[in-house]
Formats: sequence, C-alpha cells, structure tokens
Amino acid sequence: MTTVDFSNWTCPVPLRDTPNVVMGHGGGGAMSAELVEQIFLPAFGGSVADLADSAVVTAGGARLAFSTDSYVVKPMFFPGGSIGDLAVNGTVNDLAMSGATPLYLSSAFILQEGTDLAVVGRIAQAMGLAAAAASVRLVTGDTKVVDSASGDGVFVTTAGIGLVPPGVEIGPRRARPGDVVLVSGDIGVHGVAVMSCREGLSFGTSVLSDTAPLAGLVAAMLAAGEVHVLRDPTRGGVAASLNEIARAAGVGVSLVERDLPVPPAVRDACSLLGLDPLQVANEGKLIAIVPPSAAPAVLDAMRAHPLGAGAQVIGTCVAEHPGMVVAQTALGGNRVISLPIGEQLPRIC
Amino acid sequence: MKYLDEFSDPVLARRLLDQIHAATTRPWAMMEVCGGQTHSIIRHGIDQLLPDGIEMIHGPGCPVCVTPLEMIDRALAIAATPGVIFCSFGDMLRVPGSGRDLFTVKSAGADVRVVYSPLDALTIARDNPDREVVFFGIGFETTAPANAMTVYQARRLGVRNFSLLVSHVLVPPAIAAIMEAPNCRVQAFLAAGHVCSVMGTSLYPALAERYRVPIVVTGFEPLDILEGIRQTVVQLESGTHEVTNAYPRAVPPEGNVPARLMLEDVFEVTDRTWRGIGMIPASGWRLSARYRSFDAEERFAVGEIHTDESPLCRAGEVLQGHIKPHECSAFGKECTPRNPLGATMVSSEGACAAYYAYRRLDLVEVGA
Repeated sequence: MTTVDFSNWTCPVPLRDTPNVVMGHGGGGAMSAELVEQIFLPAFGGSVADLADSAVVTAGGARLAFSTDSYVVKPMFFPGGSIGDLAVNGTVNDLAMSGATPLYLSSAFILQEGTDLAVVGRIAQAMGLAAAAASVRLVTGDTKVVDSASGDGVFVTTAGIGLVPPGVEIGPRRARPGDVVLVSGDIGVHGVAVMSCREGLSFGTSVLSDTAPLAGLVAAMLAAGEVHVLRDPTRGGVAASLNEIARAAGVGVSLVERDLPVPPAVRDACSLLGLDPLQVANEGKLIAIVPPSAAPAVLDAMRAHPLGAGAQVIGTCVAEHPGMVVAQTALGGNRVISLPIGEQLPRIC
Repeated sequence: MKYLDEFSDPVLARRLLDQIHAATTRPWAMMEVCGGQTHSIIRHGIDQLLPDGIEMIHGPGCPVCVTPLEMIDRALAIAATPGVIFCSFGDMLRVPGSGRDLFTVKSAGADVRVVYSPLDALTIARDNPDREVVFFGIGFETTAPANAMTVYQARRLGVRNFSLLVSHVLVPPAIAAIMEAPNCRVQAFLAAGHVCSVMGTSLYPALAERYRVPIVVTGFEPLDILEGIRQTVVQLESGTHEVTNAYPRAVPPEGNVPARLMLEDVFEVTDRTWRGIGMIPASGWRLSARYRSFDAEERFAVGEIHTDESPLCRAGEVLQGHIKPHECSAFGKECTPRNPLGATMVSSEGACAAYYAYRRLDLVEVGA
C-alpha cells in the first residue's frame, strides 16, 4: 500500500491560486487561518501562537482582555436573535474565553444607503438589551454610510475590554494529554437557526439561535476548578475550535461521537443539507479543556448554570495523533474531524 | 425527520455486522455506486468493521465528481458573461475548472448564486426579466426530475430568460462500462437507492444477468448500507446474481412514475463524457427538441470549449474503482481539498475527499 506523509499537509499555493478574496476566506476555517497567517500577522508583527479569541494585555498594572469582531450575518433578524444580539454577545464571549470579566464595548456601524431606519433602531435596541443582560456598557462608537451599491444592509463591529482576574491563565497551548474536553450544551443550533430562514432555503424548524453571553458561566466554572482552555466555537463550529487547540498545544483530541449533544432538529437539518453539525456555528456555547482532576467539579458547575445545563464530556486530549481531532463513530469505527476549509457548501443530493 | 435514529442504531448495526461476518467465507469485492453511500461508509467507519475479506470499491456515483472538466469550463464562461445570473447547487462552486472555480469567478464580480432548488433559479429569472438566468443542471437520475420540472415550467410560463446548462448522467450505462473494463474487479453492486426511487428497478435485472453480478438496491443510513452489504454477501456466497431491494421504504419497483414521464418529455438520451472516465455511449440526458431553446450550451455558444484533465490526477481510476484514493501519488500532496486537482477531492461525496477527511489517521498508522 502507498504510504502518505501527513506531517506537513499545507496547501503549497499561498492563499490558494486566487488573486482575490473569496467567500471562503471568511468561513472561519483553513482559508481564514491562512489569510491571517500569511497577510495580517507578517504585517502586524504578531505570531500564530498568540492567536486566541481575545488578547490579554497589561496596562497600568491590570490584565486586560481585548477583542474585536465584525458581524455581517444574513438575514439580520433570525429565529432567536439578531445581528444586534450577536454583536454584543459575540465580543462578550470572546473576552470571557480568556477568563475575563467583560466591562466595556465599542460599536461601529456601516450602514448601506437606503436601509430602513426602523431596522437600524431595532438593531440598536437589541444591542442595548444584550449589553444590559451581559452587564457590560456600550461606551463609544462610530457610524459610516456607504452608497447603495457598496454595502448590504447593516454591518456592525464591536470591540471590548474586560479584566482578567489574578491567577487565571487560559490559552489554547495549555491543553495537555489526559485533559477532559467539555461542551456547555447542544451544538450547531445557531447555524441551523440562521440557515432555516436564509433566502431560498427556508425550512420549518423549531430551532432558535443560542446567542447568549457566557461570562457568568465562565466565572462559575473558574470558581469550581482549574481550566486550561476555553473556546467559543462560532464560525467553523466545534471542529474548527478543537483543531485549532490540537495544533496550538501539539496534542491529539479524541471525541466520542455518541456523546456529542446534537439536538434532533440540528441533526435532521444537517442531514438534509449534507453538513456536519461539528462544523456548524454556535453563538452561546463554549468548549472547555480541563485537567481530569478538575473535570467533575467544573462539569457540575456548568450544569448548575442555566447556560450550561446541557454540558457534556465529549472527549479527551491524547498524546496520539498530535494536531488531529479523531472521533469514535457510533458504530465503533473512527474518523478524522477536519478543520473546515472555507464556506460550508450544501451538497447536491 | 424519521429514519435517522431508527437506521443508525448501534445495537442493530452490530447484529447486522455479526451476520455479515458469519456469512463471509472468502474475499469479495463489491462496489457502492453512489457517492453518498461512499461518504456514509467512510464517515461511520463501516469499512473498518467489515470482515477483512470484504472490499468496498468506491464507484462513480458522485454527480459533482463525474461532471466533465469542459462542462465546468463552460459553466465558468457563462457565469463570467456580463448580465448573467448563474445559479448552482453549493458544492459545484469549488469544483476546479481550468485554473478557476465558480468562487473565483464570483470574487471577480460575476453574479453567482447558490440555490437549493432549480425552481429558485426560475423565480430569480422571473424577478429579473432583463437578465439571463442559468441553472447548472448536473447529476444523476436523482436530481434530474426537479431540473426537468423547472424547464417544463419555464416553457409553460414563457420565461425566456431562463436556461439550463445540462450535464445529466445515468447509472445503468456506467455499471455496464465498469463491467466491460478489462481490469474490472467488481463482483457485486450496491445500487444507488435514490436513483432507483425515481427510475425503479426494471433496468437492473438485465445487467445482473449479463454480467452475472448481484445488484442490491441500497439506502444511505448505516443500517441501510449494512443490510445492502449483508444481502450482497449472501448472494455472492450462494452464487446467485439477482436484483434485490434492501431499500423498500423508498424504492417501489416502478419508481416514481410521474417523475419518469416528466423526464421522458423534457430530456432525451445522449452520449456523455464522464470526468476521469471518458465518453460512455447513451449514458446521459440532454434537453429534447421541444425544450432545446432552454439549453444554455447553445444559447451561450460554449459547446466548443474542450479541456484536458491534469495529467497528475487519477480521479478516473478512483471513479472506476481501479485504485483507492491514497494510491494516487498526488493524494495529500499536490491534491488536497484546499487545492483539488480533481472533482473527487472537491465534492463532499467524492471518494478522495472522504478519505482525506476521515481516513488520514489509518493511513498515518499504515505508513508508521
């Protein structure tokens, strides 16, 4: 049998062979990573090792988590939430994944000429309510308008800062063989909720987006025991987050497929579209990697919190197959869980 | 949605696997025709649980994989035409033509839209009467009825700015072509259940008889596939070559009669080139004379575009079951899902993509 060397599987063509940005560069998978690693990091002087949901910096003796994110979701209003909810909760969660207490957000709007002001008002209202629910304040912002040919409704960018408590050290490189992998609840919910009302695809489902601020859940977990890694599995889903952790820490991740909390409506929608629930976006879930000694207490703390009631152990970190995520299938075989490439593409039949 | 839990039950799967193990006394090579079955086999690890002697050969039944390179190039040429709205199912957007794909054309300004039904493309045409709207109608007998219905509706409603780029192919001629190949190792077929749900099973007994191979109509969930394999093994071991139906909940013998009537009206049989395999006589459909004015190939005069495959890519041998994906020297090196040389690495149903996505661990261990 021909053997294949998988030790250095990277695309030999930088940014593929396209001179232009393609949609896949924004998909949260391998193409997004290449864009950051090959264009932005060399220009900014950063390193791959520093990449996390938020940066932790020191200022005036305080440790601050600092993060920014842009929101371009279509449709802007979907079952269970809106672009306004995402713009607050997404950045709050990026800060929380560093163990920080989120405090202040900025908000920047790019508005397409002709957009109904009532729509802008609904988004602003949603952001205000979400900020209050997350105990953060929107303290600064900016607005730009682009002509009707240059935009697509409303784009929102938020940045946020939060305080990291003393002694909290959370980062993707801290995963160790033997660590337990936890997820805070049902996966794939947000992605399916948005897809269910996307133009041309609308299908009947009871699924509502899980968009929610996770800082309270994180605080409860940190009070219960040591946590090595936290990730907010948004674009690219659980698959992207676990692959990034496996690569950063040089560990393998071994999942048990039957333990993955995939609600029937998500599984059915994914089956219909030929998508993998592990690659579908979440907006109110976290992945935690904790030492085995702390796992029971952290899991109990998660389950005691409303946003972690469905928490599950889904696998472990292992010394085998470093950098790769492998799932044991329900039938007893195994399969590699890949980093998504770009956009998720519904299959033909 | 029913039939997911019921047909994925690990306990029942174990029982079927035990029966397959008990029935197998010697090596057998069987081909699952459909790419959806390939994907399911690899994704659920079914191939790892079968007796060592049972070899699953992955067939040419992925609609994306077998769409010829020149047809992709024709699609790219049409999509790049000013004023055109080019509509396609999602997984065609990343299939490489000659140095580009539909994503690339879209990024350069073309109006390329993912739709989930060809009827959506017809709606777009009616909403944009001053634009030419083209739908990329590819696939097997499974996707053809919806495309036929769309062209039928376009003609009935007088929607003149809609056309179909047709690249439909048929399963039975492909089975014959595989069996006629000089180095064919296939001893039995799992027939594609969704194709049979449209076309019925009447075309298969003649193939089973002519080539002395069992043909078992098989579904896509784990238990469907295991039952298909079990019935196939039982036939192989007993020396019979019947057509049996392991997917009766979806496949009546006569198929979907209204759909077949629609297909007979809108399409006519034609020779088709299959990517990586070549021309198979009478193996596809094109629009019939009554509907030829909706043929995008003629409307945009792209029929003369001809393209050669990459010499590195051995997708054709993979599609015919002559080699496994990782036996191609480009697999995982020059050819990955990020930079695919052939459609078998692009499509979510392609054998190469399935091996890359789910089987890298085994291959590492083999090489270790």
